[in-house]
Amino acid sequence: MSALKHLEMPDLEAERRRFQVVVAVVMVAFIILALRLWYLQLIRGEYYRTLSETNRIRVENLPPPRGTIFDRHGTVLVDIRPGFSLAIIPEDIKDMDETLTALSQVLGYDKSVLEERVEMAESEPPFRPIVLIRDMTRDQLAAVESHRFYLPGVVVQIEPRRSYEWPAFAAHLIGYVGEIDERQLKDSRYVGYRQGDYLGKYGVEQQWERVLNGQRGGRQVEVDSAGRQLRVLREVPALPGQNLVLTLDANLQRRAEEALSGKAGAIVALDPNNGDILAMASSPAFDQNRFVRGLSTKDWQDLIDDPLHPLNNKAIQGAYPPGSTFKPVVDTAALEEGVAEPGTTLGCQGQMYFGNRFYRCWEKRGHGRIDLYQGLVRSCDVYHYQLGLKLGVDRMAEYARRLGYGSRTLIGLSNESRGLVPNSQWKLKRFGIPWQKGEDLSISIGQGFLLVTPLQQAVGYATLVNGGKIVQPRIVQRVESPEGAVLEEVQPQVLGEAKLKPTTLEFMRRAMAGVVQDPGGTGKAARLPGILVGGKTGTAQVVRMADNEPRNRDLKSVPYEYRDHAWFVCFAPVEAPRIVVAVLVEHGGHGGSASAPLARQVLEEFFQIKPPTAVGQKKPATETGETQED
Amino acid sequence: MIDRRLIQNFDWYLLLLTFAISAVGLLTLYSATSSGGKAHPAIVMRQMYWLGLGLVVMVLAFSVDYRWLERFAYPAYLAGLLPLVAVLVMGRSVSGSRRWLDLGFIVFQPSEIMKPLLMIALARYFSQEGRGTSYRLRDLLVPAGIILVPAALVLLEPDLGTAGLLILIGASVVLFVGVKLSSLFLVGGVGLGCIPLLWLIMKPYQRQRILTLFDPDKDPLGAGYHIIQSKIAVGSGQIWGKGFLQGTQGQLRFIPEHHTDFIFSVLAEEWGFVGCLLILGLFLCLLLRALQIARRSRDRFGMLLCVQIAAILFWQLAINTAMVLGMAPVVGVTLPLVSYGGSSLLVTLGCVGVLLNVHMRKFIFQN
Repeated sequence: MSALKHLEMPDLEAERRRFQVVVAVVMVAFIILALRLWYLQLIRGEYYRTLSETNRIRVENLPPPRGTIFDRHGTVLVDIRPGFSLAIIPEDIKDMDETLTALSQVLGYDKSVLEERVEMAESEPPFRPIVLIRDMTRDQLAAVESHRFYLPGVVVQIEPRRSYEWPAFAAHLIGYVGEIDERQLKDSRYVGYRQGDYLGKYGVEQQWERVLNGQRGGRQVEVDSAGRQLRVLREVPALPGQNLVLTLDANLQRRAEEALSGKAGAIVALDPNNGDILAMASSPAFDQNRFVRGLSTKDWQDLIDDPLHPLNNKAIQGAYPPGSTFKPVVDTAALEEGVAEPGTTLGCQGQMYFGNRFYRCWEKRGHGRIDLYQGLVRSCDVYHYQLGLKLGVDRMAEYARRLGYGSRTLIGLSNESRGLVPNSQWKLKRFGIPWQKGEDLSISIGQGFLLVTPLQQAVGYATLVNGGKIVQPRIVQRVESPEGAVLEEVQPQVLGEAKLKPTTLEFMRRAMAGVVQDPGGTGKAARLPGILVGGKTGTAQVVRMADNEPRNRDLKSVPYEYRDHAWFVCFAPVEAPRIVVAVLVEHGGHGGSASAPLARQVLEEFFQIKPPTAVGQKKPATETGETQED
Repeated sequence: MIDRRLIQNFDWYLLLLTFAISAVGLLTLYSATSSGGKAHPAIVMRQMYWLGLGLVVMVLAFSVDYRWLERFAYPAYLAGLLPLVAVLVMGRSVSGSRRWLDLGFIVFQPSEIMKPLLMIALARYFSQEGRGTSYRLRDLLVPAGIILVPAALVLLEPDLGTAGLLILIGASVVLFVGVKLSSLFLVGGVGLGCIPLLWLIMKPYQRQRILTLFDPDKDPLGAGYHIIQSKIAVGSGQIWGKGFLQGTQGQLRFIPEHHTDFIFSVLAEEWGFVGCLLILGLFLCLLLRALQIARRSRDRFGMLLCVQIAAILFWQLAINTAMVLGMAPVVGVTLPLVSYGGSSLLVTLGCVGVLLNVHMRKFIFQN
């Protein structure tokens, strides 16, 4: 043992020294801490004691002003305005109950509402203001200001508030801001946000939150025991958010919304060459300013329960059967696949017998022998049934996908639907039942499982008329600094090529022009003086009709929710299209009569054409069954 | 079965110090969580439950011969890495960082458990590879890995405070065993080189949080404000303090972490300079005792273990108080035995248990 110890001796000696160093380090650290305490508590103690007893330091939040949103011509769509909030600082209030009673009398508010807000903030430190009323009216503000002297601890905070210049204007596209909720406060994407902060909750406001939202500032102020501000110790000013310039055309948007007023539906207008969204209206809409003030639970519930779903952006969330507006896709597939040529004639007797069942044409009398051009212009169902049978669902689905159907357009708004382009494999996987040949017939006239959104329609038709490129819809053109300097240009994007023959595209454009311009065309209601318009009407069945039910029923005789959806998708001018308009009126009836006139109003605004006089407005819808297409 | 010498060598002094500090902690916590004369005993009660559980952990930690720790050092270390990875994937996110793992019956911080596991692994490594004073670079590659892997994982949560502590524990033991100066600089250089790499991996909001730590001005309503208020609280305590439950700064809840990270400011306000010196004195005795146990330990493993325990207690104390006194950035490091928090209390009491363990067995020879 002693020998062992002897061997370890030098090591022990080194170790001893090492421990001495460690103890020295610890002692030095403790001495530094003690000196610091000496400085804070003894030398500066008096100063800090005074601070803690008489004067207090507060922090005031300086919320950043949000960026402005302009339309493509520089019109202000969304701005900020000063908002006055009433808050109390519990620490400075002598008698809470008395103060709340006084406030409820001065403001005409129910006292229990105020008490509830105070209770909610119970766990907050008492120096932090509790906001009782957001966004006071001028009268309330005046009432509070005149009583301020008798109400210690009551403060009025001025904050920049979001202001939507025209109520409900482009509500779904622009969206709205609201107070951050519990869930978002915990979300790591919203680190840095606090209780009471506002953020974008819908539409562009939500998607461009990072750009629109500025940077919070703050102010450290010293106040006396009555809560009066003595001096500002430090201030970090808030940085305003950046501005957005949209592709939207305010006038066109307004016209589209007017056209839809009183109806449920959507209108999308875009530039087929670059995907710029010129208008996107969804009806009914909602007043975004209500969300800024804060909705009561009941108002919120009413909005959610509304059977017409005002909160849904029907242009991107609504997926509907396309009906006859799908026929151009079928014709394109037939031409590309060599199933039909422009000269291919097929017969229509008003119905077609297939697999133990009669499939009817909307025209009971039949169209006789017609070629592809007439088949589209007159929207013959039987003609398309035959094309559909020859093509089969998988080839029709292939071309629908090439035109952008069945996937999101990537417009950059949340909740976009991808619609549904079924094929035989999909059905087998989904239902375990193989595709039935009879379903080809439904697909060929845009029924069956097929679902599309109004925006997909606009993009699909844009692809047909712009030479075959699938454009990505663009809402925001550029980001600007608060001073107006361009910070970022959002470039138009082409998502892919449809790879269609020029002859096919040329024929489709000519045939769709015929739909509007020819005497027998179904889209006559969209004609414009001096400008050639092309398009396609569609009437989408909501419920499957019994076989013996007449196809052309009187609209009024059907309950609202069973009425057909009315479609019209068009483009102009035919020679070099600059605008595509897709119109959907939910349960509107026939596309030619219910939707095409709305599209014309948008086109009139776009081309600055004066609306025709009352004589010219003789309703095309009444021109017998020919326009009552399916 | 129990050797009589084990009981004879039980370190009552260390135990007494631990209880004294914990008692001061409970009193301060009681004061910190009461406001306007009203106490909120829920948090104090919970802390007492944790204290009870901690005592069980402490008993477990000294009952079994600490050489068992040596045997399972590496497997336990590797097993401890798993929850650190898991917490990044499925951890519960609280205000932007994922630190908590919810196992259904218990929610815990894997980074806390990593502290003792890292200490054990390092003690084992340096006790086996012991070569006196001449550690060269290649001898330090393995320990560098042992330290940096968990530190990097914790940094990703992000929990800069705990990550820094892990590195400080490692650095302390490496310095203690003795390193060639040139190797030291190289390792330090490599460590610094890793920081930009980590920076690249981190998400923007994680970077933002870390930037704020070093520059409280970036968050004028947050960290910068805490420091000012903390200094007022400490300074206003003056010599004798305002008295128990008489503090205004602490009870006004000027900071959300008044009962965890900033509890020392409550203590300083109510007990003044004298009280602060007293609690610091208790801590100093605890640290010196830990170092003494380390020196007298029977083997190198036990010694290194105790040195690291002393190191972690020292660094937590130093960083926490420096932060409260406005001398260090605001990082989430708690004051051992005083701050509210279950995981941290269990680990600290477990460490005290290990100190008792090493002390008890200093005279027992290996079989």
